Amino acid sequence: MQQLDLWSMLFVFMLATFIGFELIRNVSRLLHTPLMSLTNAISAIAVVGSIIIAGEQKTTATTVLGTIAVFASMTNIISGFLLTDRMLKMFKKREPGK
Amino acid sequence: MNHSFYENLTQFTYLVATALFIFSLKWLSHPKTARRGVLAGVLAMTAAIGGTFLHHEIRHVVAQSGFFDALKWIGIAIIAGTIVGIPLAMVPLTAVPQRTALSHSFGGLAAGLVGTAKYMLWYGEGEGALTKFRMIAIIVEIILGYLTFTGSLMACGKLQEWIPTRPITYKNQNLINLALLAVAIGVGVLIVFKPMLWWLFPLVILFSLAFGVLLIIPIGGADMPTVISLLNAYAGLSAVAMGFVLENKLLITAGALDGSSGFILSVIMCRAMNRSFTNVLFGAFGQVKTSAAVTEQRTVKSATPQDAAQLLETANLVVVVPGYGMAVAQAQHRVRELYDQLTKRGVDVKFAIHPVAGRMPGHMNVLLAEAEIPYDKLIEMNDINSEMPRVDVVLVIGANDVVNPAARHDKGSPIFGMPIIDADKAKTCLAIKRTMNPGFAGIENELYYADNTLMVFGDAKAVVGSLVKELSDQGGIH
Repeated sequence: MQQLDLWSMLFVFMLATFIGFELIRNVSRLLHTPLMSLTNAISAIAVVGSIIIAGEQKTTATTVLGTIAVFASMTNIISGFLLTDRMLKMFKKREPGK
Repeated sequence: MNHSFYENLTQFTYLVATALFIFSLKWLSHPKTARRGVLAGVLAMTAAIGGTFLHHEIRHVVAQSGFFDALKWIGIAIIAGTIVGIPLAMVPLTAVPQRTALSHSFGGLAAGLVGTAKYMLWYGEGEGALTKFRMIAIIVEIILGYLTFTGSLMACGKLQEWIPTRPITYKNQNLINLALLAVAIGVGVLIVFKPMLWWLFPLVILFSLAFGVLLIIPIGGADMPTVISLLNAYAGLSAVAMGFVLENKLLITAGALDGSSGFILSVIMCRAMNRSFTNVLFGAFGQVKTSAAVTEQRTVKSATPQDAAQLLETANLVVVVPGYGMAVAQAQHRVRELYDQLTKRGVDVKFAIHPVAGRMPGHMNVLLAEAEIPYDKLIEMNDINSEMPRVDVVLVIGANDVVNPAARHDKGSPIFGMPIIDADKAKTCLAIKRTMNPGFAGIENELYYADNTLMVFGDAKAVVGSLVKELSDQGGIH
């Protein structure tokens, strides 16, 4: 059973990597800085694992570690999305009034 | 409601989140749809977090000790993360590279901590729980996580100039670094086979933390765009490893998207500097290379801002080549005024963007967009180079190595082979520079001695300011 799960996870990993390559290659070079801050926020999906560890409250030590991890991930989520949007708002084709 | 209903609901939210993350990156491909991409990302994250609270372990704790007691610490962490996250999103755009490095380090830390916690939990359950597969996943997660944590902190410190930006080197540096990584991996392999030898675990953590620091110390400021991209890939991969540990496919997918992004950006940065990964990581660029500089006296021609303004005004096509020096001098808003003045006179003004201009990938585009320069005027290096012979005036502001023709033909030059913006092929080149001192990395720039180059000496902001003044005064006379 576990063997099966390992393989399905490897399949998911491989397919997601290929999709990632195709998506990222199409991102305009203009937007590489916003791209990086957006993927920062996306990889803060680690918050999911952190919440499980902090929430299941198995031992005090793991709850503390999980809580710190929730904090670190949450910081990335909030600052990543806000910063990306703030930068993207600046990209205009023509200045207004022209 | 039964157990499997909630399990299915959680998996369903994860599925939706995965699709939204893919749309998020797809929409980011173009400035027109990019903000929709952010919205998709926010929705995806909200769905993922919401779904996680339905996880059976958490519902179990909530049922036992009540909603408040079960979730108060998570709540506090979420609020604290939000409080810290908001100011980090408001930093000036010149500080975005530091912020990005800091966020990679938080990502690495989260992965490292979750890996550590998972080991402790399974250790408590006994040897049966610590299968080889789980141990391999945990070891990969903590090595990547902790080395990303300290490495990114170092990168952040260098970018913020809390730590000297020049490469710090010592004897046998690469040997020591590689030995340290080998020891970390070696101990990691040992604990995979002997998972109950718990004291090996903190050793792996310690070696990974130390390796992260030593890896970044010898890397110079000019290589930061590559390093940040590489650390981005590591942060993504550590999230993937966390997915393998927790058997969570959403983590694997989102981590893989981040990892592939970091990898592609690193490759782009390396190509833009004509260097390999190994060379960036172990080359300590921008130090000793001061090869007996040929101090032959060569003459440069200089121009006053008045002359320069006249040249610009009578041109049909002007290309501005901005470098990080422009941002350091805070000259981008003056450049925008210059752009306005010239455009008003019917001069076509474009901006040539070298991929490594700035301190992270795409940094220069963001800095110019902030100064409200329309993004369709920001042209990639390869596209502008084919137009160069038709360009009347190239204006180089704060850029140096990326316009040095030596990169094309001088095999002895440290930057030989690096793709450059062919500023020397334009009819006239104006270069704004403080003095004739060769810049960072100490490489003489042939462009400044070319027959069609005129130097305008002074601070970038002041010079562009006086160009604007010249043009607007004349505008009054016309």
